[in-house]
Amino acid sequence: MSAELDIAGRVIELTRRLAGTGAEAEAVADHSAQALTRFANSAIHQNVADATTTVWLRLHLDGRTAAGSTTVTDADGLQSLVERTIAASRLSPPDAAWPGLTAPAPLRPVEAFDEATAAASPRERAERVRDFVQAADGLETAGFCRTAYSSGGFVNTAGQSVEGRAAEAAMDGIARLDGADGVSRRASEHLADLDGAALGARAAAKARAGGRPIELPPGRYEVVLEPTAVADLLSNLATFGFNGKSFAQHQSFAELGTQQFDPAITITDEPLGATLPFDLEGTPRDTLVLVRDGITTAVSHDRTSAAEAGATSTGHASGSSRSWGPIAANVRLAPGPATGAAADTGDGPTAASARALVSGIRRGLLITDFWYTRVLDQKSLVITGLTRNGVWLVEDGEVTAAVGNMRFTQSYPDALGPGSVLGIGAEAIPLPDRWSGVRYTAPALHLKSWNLTGNASG
Amino acid sequence: MDHFDEAGTAVQAALDAGARYADARVMLRRTETMSARDGEVEDLSSDESAGIGVRALVGSSWGFYAVPDLSDSAARAAGRRAAEIAAASAIVPGPAIDLVPAGAGTASWASECVIDPLSVPLSTKGDLLVAATAAAKDAGADLAEGIYQIWDTRKWFVSSDGHRIDQHIRECGAGITASAYGDGEIQRRSWPSHRGQYGTRGWELVDELALTDNAARMADEARALLTAPLCPSGETTLILGGEQLALQIHESVGHAIELDRILGWEAAFAGTSWLDLDQLGTLRYGSDLMNITIDPTIPGALGSFGYDDEGSPAVKRDAVRNGRWVGVLAGRDSAAMAGLDYAGSVRSDGWARLPMVRMTNVGLEPGPHTLDEIIAATDDGVLMDINRSWSIDDRRLNFQFGCEIGYEVKNGKRGRMLRNPTYTGIGPKFWQSMDMLSSETVAWGTPNCGKGQPGQIGHTGHPAAPARFTNVRVGVRG
Repeated sequence: MSAELDIAGRVIELTRRLAGTGAEAEAVADHSAQALTRFANSAIHQNVADATTTVWLRLHLDGRTAAGSTTVTDADGLQSLVERTIAASRLSPPDAAWPGLTAPAPLRPVEAFDEATAAASPRERAERVRDFVQAADGLETAGFCRTAYSSGGFVNTAGQSVEGRAAEAAMDGIARLDGADGVSRRASEHLADLDGAALGARAAAKARAGGRPIELPPGRYEVVLEPTAVADLLSNLATFGFNGKSFAQHQSFAELGTQQFDPAITITDEPLGATLPFDLEGTPRDTLVLVRDGITTAVSHDRTSAAEAGATSTGHASGSSRSWGPIAANVRLAPGPATGAAADTGDGPTAASARALVSGIRRGLLITDFWYTRVLDQKSLVITGLTRNGVWLVEDGEVTAAVGNMRFTQSYPDALGPGSVLGIGAEAIPLPDRWSGVRYTAPALHLKSWNLTGNASG
Repeated sequence: MDHFDEAGTAVQAALDAGARYADARVMLRRTETMSARDGEVEDLSSDESAGIGVRALVGSSWGFYAVPDLSDSAARAAGRRAAEIAAASAIVPGPAIDLVPAGAGTASWASECVIDPLSVPLSTKGDLLVAATAAAKDAGADLAEGIYQIWDTRKWFVSSDGHRIDQHIRECGAGITASAYGDGEIQRRSWPSHRGQYGTRGWELVDELALTDNAARMADEARALLTAPLCPSGETTLILGGEQLALQIHESVGHAIELDRILGWEAAFAGTSWLDLDQLGTLRYGSDLMNITIDPTIPGALGSFGYDDEGSPAVKRDAVRNGRWVGVLAGRDSAAMAGLDYAGSVRSDGWARLPMVRMTNVGLEPGPHTLDEIIAATDDGVLMDINRSWSIDDRRLNFQFGCEIGYEVKNGKRGRMLRNPTYTGIGPKFWQSMDMLSSETVAWGTPNCGKGQPGQIGHTGHPAAPARFTNVRVGVRG
């Protein structure tokens, strides 16, 4: 038994003793160790680590619900957590939407967890940063290398008792030359998979190809989005479209069983290995098919949104899911058929995963990354944002000029709608989000139209 | 041992391990959040966090380590670990690091608080959200939501420069939103702003918001927006309400004057800044009406404190004076690197996170007019207020904002309600076009400013009043 499962069990026992056997309660203890080595101006300027155990307790007592957490895990701290959560539940208004507890259910087996990544030293991260900086060969660089480890235990009064561990690593960096930025990033469950030199070389190749940008008039352009940009589509679709609470409240575009996307689009959530194998309500995590062959098939649920929508939980409860909705955090867009893509090297701006698609553009844009995307209308998921880290004009299959950053205003579901997807890259790349524990796996995408509404220069 | 002793132990351990400077913060934080929907409480959480974070400077390399354990042995180990991490940073070294002086040695400070928000009965707080959301629902909202948040933070800071500072900062706030569903779109109206109003005050702040009194009007306006004409497209005169202008200040001034961004330290993530230190003191940022201050001393504003998380005392400074850029938000190391002689704007969102350059209260000093006078002086334009979406480029130049509500302004009168109003522009061009400014200032609180890796959520304040801007592009559509 892990220390975390032991803590969760003690909290439940204490709750039974103080609140009585009529209380429905669930407890989670999560030990999280994060370490992140940050670099800028080609030097490490921030280097941080922390190791924290947080204990959550949610209690439903006499028709009222309250939740609490603490990082104080000694006997007094746990006693205080239980006592104040009980007190809060007694003062709280009735909770008519309480969905009950997760029944005992086994976890799906997960591949062996990487001890080396969990135990990575600051030196190992710094060495990858050094390799990135050196591979950029004199260009100014910035970014991070991080490792994270989590060990969690869950117990509830309905008899569910589960534990698990997960580790992750990520590297994300840019190279800069004369105002042009190039990016490369990669996530993995194994720090050993992250090659700082290869990532630095790719970022530098993009920056070198970004000089003397031209400006193009606003309008609708055919585009190839590199995986780094596609990750933003997946993030916003998951947060607003496939969010079970938004769906239940009729704020999402999602219509189950409807062909809302191009038949080439299949989107899944793949949490196993990337995070703990159960959610904050103890529901086992598993692969969730959100879109299959363009048909919306599911949204992500916790127990509350599932009850409201007449569905079952998909294992997406979090500390904020009752308020902000359950959000899939490991979304993957299925790649296209293999094309024998070249290795991700070379001096050009195009990542290997996008090269075959770029060759199919008559006149359009190659876009590396999106930035500061925000929802203008949630129902239609119209989003505004900017390009970042490299845009190029493509004519007759060849990159012909760097382009200055542009603002776009675009409905994401429309961009991926039936007939709008002209091609999907053969390789899906695991990419870190800005938060640890969140990952998107994406190939490049060739889309018929993207609405660029202005140049970033005004 | 008291908490100063624990922090002192960590600092000494870092020095013993080779650090030439170290500081440590012990923090205890209690938070409470409740949300309600359609007249029922939806979520209630009461959280507690305690721990120590240690920062060590070895040579010219930083390291930071944090643990939730406040025992003597844990504090000592955390200090050593911070120094070890700093030593590893030297594998990819940077320039020499100096620290500008940080002022006071021993001090204590507490924010204003008339009614301790954690002492208000949960049932009273729940009743408020239930009543407000029920009122909006009863008035025709398809979805009525409400939230309050409370943060009660105590911290003890010790540095190897001799600081021993303790602070008690109490913050809270609340807000409601009414949504109306139409054919393929959703319209929202929020009170008093799109995420509520927050400050370093007690529950009296929430009482003053009068959430229930304004709920039905929010529902009415959300429903009316469904059939209102679309905001026109093109260039026009734009009048912004104070809440939207607060976010405009936050995004296009506050972040741009962060010295760590200007120095390139946030280049890969949050981005850089269009500002060049060579132009500090001479660059024209906006019109003569533009006077922006950095002021953590404003009583009750959300970005207020007595001392920042490096021990620098709260001091009011100019950022923009009569339209010229004259000041930055700085920390002790970034200021020294830039050749400046002040810091005072470094904070973290908890004991487990590295303190970094953050906005305090960055606000616009008031002008001579009222909103009514500005409208009366406008022949043809659009009035917008209450933020709905915000996006700005990584140099903090090109922005596009959407607002919840707009109004036509014709011949000096406020006219029809307008749906889906947006405006876009370039920071300095926009600020240079400001030609009228109201005196009706409110210090709006922004409790969700994201920055840093690992991510941190900052609390900032933004005094702002309605203002007028000329030749602004509005009505961008997807």
